[in-house]
Amino acid sequence: MDFRDAPEEASFRSELRSWLEENLPDGWRELSPSRTRWNADVSREWSKKLYEAGYVGLTWPKEYGGRAAPYTHQAVFLEEMVRAEAPEHIGVIGLGMAGPTIISHGTDEQKNRHLANILSGDEVWCQGFSEPGSGSDLASLRTKAVRDNDHFVVNGQKVWSSFAHIADWCILLVRTDPDAKKHQGITYLLVDMHSDGVDVRPLNQMSGEPEFNEIFFSDVRVPIENVLGEVNAGWGVAMTTLLHERGTLGFALTSRLEVAMNKVVTLARETGAERDPLIRDRIARHWVELQGLKFTNYRALTTLVKTGVPGPEGSIAKLFWSESNQRLTKLALEIMGPRAQLDGDEGIWDGYWQYQQLRSRGNTIEAGTSEVLRNIIAERVLGLPRSR
Amino acid sequence: MDFAFSEEQEMLRSQARSFVTDRFGAERVAQLAETEAGWDESSWDAMTELGWMGLSIPEEQGGAGFGFLEEAVLFEELGYGLYPGPYFSTVALARRALDGAPEQLKRLASGGSRLTLAWIEGGRAKLLPETGMSTQAQESGDGWTLTGEKHLVPDASAATDVVVVAAGPEGLGLWVARCEDAKIEMDPTMDRTRRLGRIIFDGTPAEQVAGAGDVRSTLERVQMTAYAALALEAVGAGQAAFELAADHVKTREQFGKPIGAYQAVSHQVVDSYIGIELARSLAYWAAWCVAEGDERAPMAAAAAKSFAGEAAVASCERAIQVHGGIGFTYEHPLHRYYKRAQWIDSFDGFGSVQRASVATALLGS
Repeated sequence: MDFRDAPEEASFRSELRSWLEENLPDGWRELSPSRTRWNADVSREWSKKLYEAGYVGLTWPKEYGGRAAPYTHQAVFLEEMVRAEAPEHIGVIGLGMAGPTIISHGTDEQKNRHLANILSGDEVWCQGFSEPGSGSDLASLRTKAVRDNDHFVVNGQKVWSSFAHIADWCILLVRTDPDAKKHQGITYLLVDMHSDGVDVRPLNQMSGEPEFNEIFFSDVRVPIENVLGEVNAGWGVAMTTLLHERGTLGFALTSRLEVAMNKVVTLARETGAERDPLIRDRIARHWVELQGLKFTNYRALTTLVKTGVPGPEGSIAKLFWSESNQRLTKLALEIMGPRAQLDGDEGIWDGYWQYQQLRSRGNTIEAGTSEVLRNIIAERVLGLPRSR
Repeated sequence: MDFAFSEEQEMLRSQARSFVTDRFGAERVAQLAETEAGWDESSWDAMTELGWMGLSIPEEQGGAGFGFLEEAVLFEELGYGLYPGPYFSTVALARRALDGAPEQLKRLASGGSRLTLAWIEGGRAKLLPETGMSTQAQESGDGWTLTGEKHLVPDASAATDVVVVAAGPEGLGLWVARCEDAKIEMDPTMDRTRRLGRIIFDGTPAEQVAGAGDVRSTLERVQMTAYAALALEAVGAGQAAFELAADHVKTREQFGKPIGAYQAVSHQVVDSYIGIELARSLAYWAAWCVAEGDERAPMAAAAAKSFAGEAAVASCERAIQVHGGIGFTYEHPLHRYYKRAQWIDSFDGFGSVQRASVATALLGS
C-alpha cells in the first residue's frame, strides 16, 4: 500500500500541472463560479487542446489516439483537473460510454472511424436508450428497426438524451426481432444524428434549462455496418455501456464532487456560515464521505490494475455519488439561508447553486435509478435472491 | 498509487482470521462475555507466540520491526471476531506512549506485560487535555509516585500495567505504573467484551515516560493511532454484522419467499455494504497515513474513526432490523457487535467530536 505517486505518476503529474498552468483558457481562473461559466464553445476548444496535448483517452489503445497509460494516470489526471478547476471535455458520453463500448465490441472500421474523433471532441455523442415507456425496464424498449437490404430503417422515440441537440452521433438501442424474448431482440446501432428523419426536441427540466432532449426517428436509414456487435445481441453490448456509465463515469463524477466540495467551503467562508457549528459539522461530514468515496474508487482501481477486472466496490460509485451530490447541493442552499430563494443574476454566484441543487435531483434517476442500482448490488454483488 | 496490502500482510490477515474463528467463535465470545474476567488470559501467550505483540516494536527490543499497517490488519480481524482482550488498549493506546521507554517495549514484545491508558478523570474526558489534571505525580527518591483517580479506563482489570496522564511538578506528563500497586474497580459496561474501570492511585510507584515537553505530541500520536485502530475494528465488526444480515435474508422465508427478495429488506443490506466499504477505504487510508507519518494522518484518522464508528453502528442496527425478533434477543450474537460498535463510536467523543477537528482543518478554528 502506498498513496504516494510512483515515479512515473509523479512526473506525469508535474508535466500535466505545468501544462494546465500555461494552457487554461485566458481569464478562466478569474471567472467566479456561476452557471454561465460552462458553454459549448469554451468546452469544444478546450477539448481540442487537451486532445492535442495527449491528455484525452489516457487509457485508450495507442492505435486509436490514446496513450495506453495505466489507469492510475487517469486518476492523477482527474485530480489535477479538479485542482485547476479546469473546464470539462465536451464529449462526456463519447468518452465515458460510446468510446469504451466501441473499443470492446467495435469492428476495426468502427474504431478507426470514431475513436480519435471522440477524443478530439470532433464528434459529440448522445445516448438513445430510454423511451417514454421504457425507463428502468430498459429491455422493454419499442423503437424498431427493420432490415432493408444493407440498411436498417429506424422508427420510434427516445427520451432524456443529454447533448442530443449538439450531437453528431448517437448510441441507439432498437428492437430488431419483435418475436424474440425481450432481451434477445435488441440491436445496438451507431447512428449519424445528421441523417434525414432525426428530429431533436429539447425538454425543459425543472431548473428551466433544456439539457435533455427527446429524439424522434422517422424512417431513419442506418447502414448495416453501423451495427455494434451482432444483430439481436445488443443487450450485452448495452451492458458494457452501462457498466462504463456507472463505473468510469462515476469516477469522473467523484472528482466533480470534489470541485463542488471546495466551492461549498468557499461559499461558507464568503457568507460567514463557517462559524456556525452545525454547518461546520455538515461540511466536515461531506468532506469525510467524499474521501470515503474517492478512496473506494481508488481501491476498485487498484483491483482493476492488478487483476484486469474492477473490484465490486466500483458498483458503489454512481449510487453514492448521486446521493452525496444531492446532500451537498442542499447544504449549499442552507448555507445561504433565506437568500437561497434568489435565482439568476440576483442570486449568490448568479444562481449557480440553485441550478446545481435542482439538477442534482436527476442524479438518482439518470443512468440507473438508485432503486435499480441497489437491486443490482443486492443481486450481483451480494448474491441476494432476485426481486422479480 | 497502490491501494492493496502486500502478500505478507495478506498472510498475516489469514493467520488472524483463523485465530479468531478457531479460538473465538461467536459461542466462545458469548461465554467469555459472561465470565468475571471477561477474557481468556491464555490467548495473550498465543498472540505473543505469533509475534503480534511486537509487530511494530524495533528488533533491538525483541519486536518484528514492522509498522502500523501490519497491526492494522490485526485490528480489523480482531474487530471482526470481537476478540475480548486488551490488544487494543495495549497496542493502540499504551504502546504509542512508550517509544522512549525501551525496557517497557521489551517486556511488551516478550508478552510480559499487558497495558492500558488512563486519561479520563472527573470533569476531564478528552484524550488531548487542555489544562491540568487532578491526578498528581510526585518525585520520590529516584522515582515517582502517583495519587488520584482515573475513570473509564479500557480493559483496566485485564492490564498488568497502565500509562497514566497526570500533572507533575513541571506540568502534564505520562507515567507508567503497575496495576497491582493500584486499586482497580470495574464498572458495569454495555460492551462486556471491552470493559471500563476505575483505577485509584495512592502513592503508587511509577516511571515517567513523557514529560511536559513531549506529552502533547505523544498524546496526539496515541489519539490518531487509536482512531485508526478503532476505525479498522469498526470495519471488522460492521462487516461481521453485515454478513449475518446478508446470510439471514437469503434463507429466512416469509410469504413463500426468502425475505432478501423484498427490496425494503435487501436495500437495507446494500446500504450496510456501502457504508462498510466506504469505511474500509477510509480506515485503510488512515492506517497508511499513520504508518508513514503522513502529514494528513490526524485528519485521516479522525475522518475514518467518525465515519467507520457510525457505519458499524448503522450496519448492526440494520442487521437487527432484518433479523426480526431473533436479532433482538440476548441469545443472538448481534447485540455484542452492536455494543462494540457503540463502544468504538463513543471513544473520545462520538463522531461529531472528530468531525469538529476535521472542520478545523478545513475551515480554521
